[in-house]
Amino acid sequence: MSILIDKNTKVITQGITGATGLFHAQGSREYGSQMVGGVTPGKGGTSIDGFPIFDTVADSVAATGATASVIYVPPIGAADAIMEAVEAGIELVICITEGVPVLDMVRVKHYMECKNARLVGPNCPGVITPGECKIGIMPGYIHKKGPVGVVSRSGTLTYEAVWQLTTRDIGQSTCVGIGGDPVNGTSHLDVLKMFEADPETKAVIMIGEIGGDAEEQAAAYVRDHMTKPVAAFIAGATAPAGKRMGHAGAIISGGKGDAGSKKTFLRECGISVADSPAEMAEALLKIWKP
Amino acid sequence: MNIHEYQAKAILRHFGVPVPEGHVVYNGISARDWARRLGDGPWAVKAQIHAGGRGKGGGVKIAKTADEVQKYAREMFGMTLITHQTGPEGKVVKRVLIEKGCNIADEFYLSFLVDRATSKVTLMASAEGGMDIEEVAAKTPEKIFFEAIDPLAGMTGFQARKVAFKLGFSLHQVKQAVPILQNLYKAFVEADCALLEVNPLVLTKEGTLICLDAKINFDDNALFRHVRIRDLRDYDEEDPMEMEAGQYDLSYIALDGNIGCMVNGAGLAMATMDIIKHSGGEPANFLDVGGGATIERVTEAFKIILSDKKVKGILVNIFGGIMKCDVIATGVIEAAKQVGVKVPLVVRLEGTNVALGKQLLAESGLNIIAADGMADAAEKIVKAVKAVA
Repeated sequence: MSILIDKNTKVITQGITGATGLFHAQGSREYGSQMVGGVTPGKGGTSIDGFPIFDTVADSVAATGATASVIYVPPIGAADAIMEAVEAGIELVICITEGVPVLDMVRVKHYMECKNARLVGPNCPGVITPGECKIGIMPGYIHKKGPVGVVSRSGTLTYEAVWQLTTRDIGQSTCVGIGGDPVNGTSHLDVLKMFEADPETKAVIMIGEIGGDAEEQAAAYVRDHMTKPVAAFIAGATAPAGKRMGHAGAIISGGKGDAGSKKTFLRECGISVADSPAEMAEALLKIWKP
Repeated sequence: MNIHEYQAKAILRHFGVPVPEGHVVYNGISARDWARRLGDGPWAVKAQIHAGGRGKGGGVKIAKTADEVQKYAREMFGMTLITHQTGPEGKVVKRVLIEKGCNIADEFYLSFLVDRATSKVTLMASAEGGMDIEEVAAKTPEKIFFEAIDPLAGMTGFQARKVAFKLGFSLHQVKQAVPILQNLYKAFVEADCALLEVNPLVLTKEGTLICLDAKINFDDNALFRHVRIRDLRDYDEEDPMEMEAGQYDLSYIALDGNIGCMVNGAGLAMATMDIIKHSGGEPANFLDVGGGATIERVTEAFKIILSDKKVKGILVNIFGGIMKCDVIATGVIEAAKQVGVKVPLVVRLEGTNVALGKQLLAESGLNIIAADGMADAAEKIVKAVKAVA
């Protein structure tokens, strides 16, 4: 078991003929994921490096039985690509694209309200269930199959946490990058609920950032409902207020969402919080033995 | 992206929102001439900088005669205005807005923003106008009303009425407030704003509603579809290094410390700043080279870090996913050749093509301190910088 994806997940790549899309479709295929094809409007019927290409997501689903899609299309078309995947019956849509306008995401969220699809991202590294399926841009070799679930707003900081676990010979069940944008498909809380329900996941590392209160909501769930130990790190303790640190979501405004108050609240909820990003695995090991 | 008050008001006027008549001027003579052209006084003379709290710093004056307008405007041009939002160095005034004054009976607060919790555009309103809204939120949160707006239906009439009644408006005022709220929402959506704030919305003694101040912040990710809005950017208001970085799609923010950072990914970049501080050092900047950086972009990133004279050492922290370590290594080597690195340089590489990246650096002949892991990297650069100082 794992969450969201496993060895049976069939994946199509939207934007496969772009350099980034192709590079990572190849990387995922090498890792062992079932990358069954791609979508680029106007290039249907052709193929690229062995991947069959379709004009629409609906065509690709009909031909391949794919249930997941990964999106590498540029920001201008990203929202459209998400809605096309949802309309075609894709269950899990993972949008890697960085720089999607926030009001496009407001419309996408509204569009998805009564649909049965889950969106992860945008502006995220993707999802990996080590040893089974990798969808996204993370380097596969740093991961190892095991009991720790990882959820994070940040891409490279997730790799950091994973690497700390793997070098201590502790594997991961599934790692989910939810993305750094203010409006995204899946929250920390959503992923924690899935980890709690997953028998293979025994403990969780949650990586947050300054801005908003998504980490606090997740922490309240940990306090009230979660039986599994959770460790956390909050990035941005040194970020000045009002400055946007790359991620559109990572901004302190009105004295809210600063790292100090987040850490305090997380600790009050029984989460083991690392003060340094080099100590994420250590923070988990303080409260849990593999 | 931020714009000036007079530019924000022009946008609101375009969407049918009432704002005072006014004109932006660049010298004292024009200030006087425009005051006369606007009709009888009094007039408001308002310094245009990208920061709030201008009134307290002497950046807003009420003039009774056209000569007074000229006098106040002259005093403002070239003055360094320091407010709680400008930082201690302040901002130099280069543009002044001359506006027809109005008789204020009451003041209200309005703003639109995207609420992460509901994923909807939300109207925030309060009868406590003209004050710092963050102070109102802290002391009397019950005096702020929120109204989430459905993206399909838009700002409906009943929602606008609900907010207007909560603000305590009479029926006559409600009838004015409804189109104002609906048009502000329309402006927010059509111009892809991140924040649209009217503080204060004024009720005049004559009984009309008018937006006396306006602040707009645009969603940077949506600027690609707004060429006219992009042209409103005032480069004098921006940090020259942040601007230079923007030319190469680098996300750079200058800070006060002396350790320059180059990192891939916003989260890891923030965490790198955190661990430098945790190890006893101070970061000189936030710099995210992004996922798809080319050798050229990495080279430029390095040049930008090195152009900051405060920088006494550099930490490169890369965990490659999209970003390949050999690209980073080549960029670092290129930049070092072009600019010359005279400060200690600690490099930590991990991820895609890490072996090749490390090999390139080792063979470059550059004086690079290699590090294993973030903690090691932070300790090494802090130590190296302290040794230099």
